[in-house]
Amino acid sequence: MLRRIISTIFLLSFGSVAVATVLPDDRTDVMYHLYDGGGVQIDGPSVLVRKKVGKSVSLIGNYYVDMISSASIDVVTTASPYTEERKQWSLGADYLRGNTTMRVNYTSSVESDYDAETFAFSVSQDMFGALTTLTLGYALGDDVVGRSDDPDFMRHLDKQMFSVGVSQILTKNLITQLNFETMTEEGFLNNPYRSVRYADPGSALGYSFEPELYPNTRTSNAVGLRARYFLPYRAAIEGEYRYFVDTWDIEGHTGSLTYIHPMGDFTFTGKFRYHNQTGASFYRDLFSRSQATNFRGRDKEISPLTSYTVKLKAAYEFLNDDGNKWGFFKRASVTASIHLLHIDYDEFSDLTALAPIGSEPLYQLDADIFQVFVSFWY
Amino acid sequence: MKDRTMGRIVLALLLLMGLSACGPIEPWVKPYERDKLADPIMAMDSDAVSTAYIQHVYEAREGARGGEGGGGGGCGCN
Repeated sequence: MLRRIISTIFLLSFGSVAVATVLPDDRTDVMYHLYDGGGVQIDGPSVLVRKKVGKSVSLIGNYYVDMISSASIDVVTTASPYTEERKQWSLGADYLRGNTTMRVNYTSSVESDYDAETFAFSVSQDMFGALTTLTLGYALGDDVVGRSDDPDFMRHLDKQMFSVGVSQILTKNLITQLNFETMTEEGFLNNPYRSVRYADPGSALGYSFEPELYPNTRTSNAVGLRARYFLPYRAAIEGEYRYFVDTWDIEGHTGSLTYIHPMGDFTFTGKFRYHNQTGASFYRDLFSRSQATNFRGRDKEISPLTSYTVKLKAAYEFLNDDGNKWGFFKRASVTASIHLLHIDYDEFSDLTALAPIGSEPLYQLDADIFQVFVSFWY
Repeated sequence: MKDRTMGRIVLALLLLMGLSACGPIEPWVKPYERDKLADPIMAMDSDAVSTAYIQHVYEAREGARGGEGGGGGGCGCN
């Protein structure tokens, strides 16, 4: 099952900061994506189209598909491998009036056991000769959680997100962004398929499983700072830091460094990203007994972990603004990228090793993420 | 303690915004000095379809979220 994360992303997407009082370029992207790691394969297409209507409105539409084949560590220890498909579409509009841009967006995501709808609105205002852009955002999410093996199972999850963002030009070579976002969720927050592990002397393995049980509410705050600098030669470097904290006692630090280097019609990008987080207060790799605490979780995503990502990306502009127009296209490029993701879990044991209880090795995840997309500007 | 830290960050942000409203501010980077900032390599999120996807992957694999701007994409969470 694909969880609430899908709609969460769309809530968060409205915390982004615009840079100037102009509408985005008319553009179409056609992408193929592939995630391969930890026994999970997800691939599919994504098509994004943006087009101006008149001088003050820009419309955007996106259609996205995930085709999932999963035999992950969570699935093989407590359930059976599965395949699934998720389809998602979104429609939005930007309205420009003076130095103000208003954005609305609706997103719908549908899969066999999880439906999500998100409504979002934001306002951006340019100030001080367009040196500063202030963005305020609000989003509302309504999710319905089901179970593939129980047609009568249905739970709701409501979400709200508030964001404030400031984009600031500091020098001729330096631009910065500061984003603050707070999100509240209320409803069914755990995964209906996942289980926690507890010590059970009566079991041959020494442990058994029971369904996880999460709190019904979660509120999180995140503040992020980004800065991009134009180097003395034609290249750019970007640094980013994010601090995250929530009411489940997860505290996270995320940092990254990116280098962008154009070379003729090519643009190469390299990035290193680091993330470290503490675990949720109700997370345990092994509970002392059945129903040991009021809330119980063993999802590795809410466990203490450290992740590392190396990204390599190359873009080739095969049609550009120098007069070589191709039909009504002004520019066109093809881009390929790979992300190499490695996660070390501090308190999540690999039960597939079948080691004696208490001496299981810690799990590690390696995943390769590929993206190839063609972009057209018109 | 964590709430206090976050509160200080928000307060600092609000103070910064408040100070900026104290008087007329002349743009210290003139429009004709922004050619480098207008270079495509200075675009924070030049490929929305790609940024959205990879942020989605992180949301699925880590417990933190938000604060980065941009968004959208797909994941496999089980």
